[in-house]
Amino acid sequence: METTKLPPSSPSSPTTGFTVPSAEKVDGFPRRSMRRARQRRSHSSSQFRYQSSQVELTPLPLLKDAPVAELHDLFCKKLQQCCMLFDFLDCVADLKGKEIKRAALNELVESVATSRGVLIEPLYPEAIKMISVNIFRTLPPSENPEFDPEEDEPTLEASWPHLQLVYEFFLRFLESPDFQPSMAKRYVDQKFVLQLLELFDSEDPREREYLKTILHRVYGKLLGLRAYIRKQINNIFLRFIYETEHFNGVAELLEILGSIINGFALPLKAEHKQFLVRVLIPLHTAKSLSIFHAQLAYCVVQFMEKDATVTEYIIRGLLKYWPKTCTQKEVMFLGEIEEILDVIEPSQFIRVQEPLFKQIAACISSPHFQVAERALYFWNNEYILSLIEENCQVILPLVFATLYRVSKEHWNQTIVSLIYNVLKTFMEMNSKLFDDLTASYKVEKQK
Amino acid sequence: MAGADGDDSLYPIAVLIDELRNEDVQLRLNSIKKLSTIALALGVERTRTELLPFLTDTIYDEDEVLLALAEQLGNFTMLVGGPEYVHCLLPPLESLATVEETVVRDKAVESLRKISQEHSPVDLEVHFEPLVKRLASGDWFTSRTSACGLFSVCYPRVSSTVKAEIRQHFRTLCSDDTPMVRRAAASKLGEFAKVLELDYVKSDIISLFTALASDEQDSVRLLAVEACVSIATLLPQEDLETLVMPTLRQAAEDKSWRVRYMVADKFSELQKAVGPEITKNDLVPAFQNLLKDCEAEVRAAAANKVKEFCENLPEDNREQIIMTHILPCVKELVSDTNQHVKSALASVIMGLSTILGKDNTIEHLLPLFLAQLKDECPEVRLNIISNLDCVNEVIGIRQLSQSLLPAIVELAEDAKWRVRLAIIEYMPLLAGQLGVEFFDEKLNTLCMAWLIDHVYAIREAATCNLMKLVEKFGAEWAQNTIVPKVLGMANDPNYLHRMTTLFCINALSEACGQEITTKQMLPVVLKMSNDQVANVRFNVAKSLQKIGPVLDNVPLNSNQRPVFTRCSFNLHTVFNYPSTNNKTATTHTLLQDIY
Repeated sequence: METTKLPPSSPSSPTTGFTVPSAEKVDGFPRRSMRRARQRRSHSSSQFRYQSSQVELTPLPLLKDAPVAELHDLFCKKLQQCCMLFDFLDCVADLKGKEIKRAALNELVESVATSRGVLIEPLYPEAIKMISVNIFRTLPPSENPEFDPEEDEPTLEASWPHLQLVYEFFLRFLESPDFQPSMAKRYVDQKFVLQLLELFDSEDPREREYLKTILHRVYGKLLGLRAYIRKQINNIFLRFIYETEHFNGVAELLEILGSIINGFALPLKAEHKQFLVRVLIPLHTAKSLSIFHAQLAYCVVQFMEKDATVTEYIIRGLLKYWPKTCTQKEVMFLGEIEEILDVIEPSQFIRVQEPLFKQIAACISSPHFQVAERALYFWNNEYILSLIEENCQVILPLVFATLYRVSKEHWNQTIVSLIYNVLKTFMEMNSKLFDDLTASYKVEKQK
Repeated sequence: MAGADGDDSLYPIAVLIDELRNEDVQLRLNSIKKLSTIALALGVERTRTELLPFLTDTIYDEDEVLLALAEQLGNFTMLVGGPEYVHCLLPPLESLATVEETVVRDKAVESLRKISQEHSPVDLEVHFEPLVKRLASGDWFTSRTSACGLFSVCYPRVSSTVKAEIRQHFRTLCSDDTPMVRRAAASKLGEFAKVLELDYVKSDIISLFTALASDEQDSVRLLAVEACVSIATLLPQEDLETLVMPTLRQAAEDKSWRVRYMVADKFSELQKAVGPEITKNDLVPAFQNLLKDCEAEVRAAAANKVKEFCENLPEDNREQIIMTHILPCVKELVSDTNQHVKSALASVIMGLSTILGKDNTIEHLLPLFLAQLKDECPEVRLNIISNLDCVNEVIGIRQLSQSLLPAIVELAEDAKWRVRLAIIEYMPLLAGQLGVEFFDEKLNTLCMAWLIDHVYAIREAATCNLMKLVEKFGAEWAQNTIVPKVLGMANDPNYLHRMTTLFCINALSEACGQEITTKQMLPVVLKMSNDQVANVRFNVAKSLQKIGPVLDNVPLNSNQRPVFTRCSFNLHTVFNYPSTNNKTATTHTLLQDIY
């Protein structure tokens, strides 16, 4: 599926692709100043060109001054006015029009938020139309194809002054006490939701933040769309994992899912288990895990708290995808394992302890001290320690040789002293077993 | 199934088989990679009855192992007993084709496609086609995406009833509700169309194509553009207008830039597929729009195609189309705001001169070349310079030399060494086109200055450049202009510059010939053998080795002999330099000559 990875970028050929031009990569030192200069530029989406004729806006009377009888009519007219799009890349173009739209949007936001009885049925299609026209657009190509969300400044949406108010309006609309899901569902349909989900790829974090809250409200209020939303999020994730490895809104979508999982009914449906095993666990393989790991781990733990029987799937899944070369990811995995162990049921712990502690032993002997350190911290956790103690007969033989060897060999003093503490703990737990293992280790060594 | 039945010859095989079950992934992987050896040792019968069932059971392994397995199985036909038994390989490959990891699945599909050719038509219907059907109706999207790649390999060789079923399955997958499957189907649409009978192309494929091209997801729509090329090639000219063009026009104006980008990227192929008439009426305006697109990505993709598009225009009114429709857009692109667009254009724009001929080039293109030669972005200038040969043929490079020189000089001194490197690489070409005189006068100093650049890669490239120049201009020119300067550097206080002398000698000796090498270079090299920097001395030794072949059979005088001995000692003992090297052998012969 090469073709879906757009745009193609080959640093070797200067003629195609949109990598940082070879001249700038020069000696491997990115020119900070140069990159900064481009990051400041904000981006406008390609929607603007689709507006053929630009009519001049004329200010309408204020909503608060309108007689009650004309209020709805005026509200509707303002919504229509706000369907006009402006060119924000040219910051001086049509300033008057921009200001009129901004004022109108502000009024609409305020009116929906504060006054009751404004939202009547005929306004729904107009409101949704205004929202659609403004927010739905093809996101522009990324300015920086090697965009690293942790390092680089995101490209911001140029039309944000208007876009923000439109999102604000949408949010207030959904949160209004007058909001009637039965009326809204005719306009907020599957197609609408699909387009909404696509916007989560926006590079602008402000936009994704609004989208997150909005999608959450939609999920909460429009019950008929729930299954569809979950399915489409699945598709986005699967595409992210197996096809493009690029989607800006993974963390936000996971955050929504975290609270969705929280509300799952018991026993878990097959669909939800499948989501855990085939989507959430494989998400751990992503290169950009660090950006959404906290949210992902939260989802995973939510699943366990719902239904302890998924524990084994989770642990075995994580062990299957355990990072082989990336130590930062390994530290994240260890963090997640600790979160899981924090809430694990002892009966489930017994089922996974063997493969799990083999991996933990491997981490302890990692030459990267942060990995070893993170693994050794498990012994500072009282609950985990109690689990280890109960299963000392199984666990100690698994880790003993590693602990013993690493305590003699590790280059980092902190690790060595942490290991001494762990060995001491084990000695106190079961001195007989400890002595036996020491003896057999020495015999083994002598061979 | 361990093969240890007392027969010693089977012992290594037993080890391999045990390792297939080892806990260590690396060992399992090694063993899988030697799967053919195992199969060979077991014989066809036991491979079929024991090894394959075992492998089918191990499908729950690491993706890396599975990938190796999927690849191996594609070459297993002979090991299971030839085409007669090839269907035994289907069960393990079928499970591999449902795995989540894309690379494993793709490899399994590749192997399945390969072995499908080894099935007899009967086996294809009895064993292969049911597998395709099972995959196509699988629960999880992975098996359905795999199925998409298998239709086209079995379709041509099955009966018409089965053909109808296959078409039906493909139709279903094209409207699958997961976009992943629709993408897989769309990407195989062109391939599948090629094996279908023309009537079915018209009735089935066109409707699928139209549907995919207006899919709600742009990632699906853009794949339909690719399929468009194959489909248009299959259809007779008179049907194109009604069956393909409406969709293509719509794609060229799609609201998603990704789809428009794809159209731009495939423009030459599309142009060939739809033929000259439609190109004139439809593609020319579409191309103009793409060149003026609001997204830089699309403009750059289109700019890349300018030359090819113009080249393939129907000859009768090519010039007129270019002059009135394309050139105005090109002119705008020269001053585009985006440097990628400009540099894409710069890489092809010179090609237009051959198409438009001398007069048009001078009048219309030359100003554009000159503008791009002065562009602020070095990549644009480089792209122009690297394509100078096209213009040279049409109007001669002299027209440009006035603007060329400042551009070259500026690039030659660019702060980024990669830019300097790129321009060095074009020096021999430029020198060839500008002639010796111009070169000596304007460029020679630059070439010599690169020899003392502070970046090694530049010095190295400069050395190589000198060699190419000598090859072009001859030994005599070298003797007069280059050699004295190079040899002069042997006395430079900076040892890196002294080393450069040696590197130059290495590169130049062959091109300069025996006389210059013996009379001028060798004395300098020998003198440097007393250099106080060890690295220089070591390189003296290496240089002697290099120029040895050139010196062959030249009697050495008594002063020179000890140096050779010393250097040879240096090479073999101090630096432990491999003496098996051919060229060292030459030095050896030389040494033998001496004693």
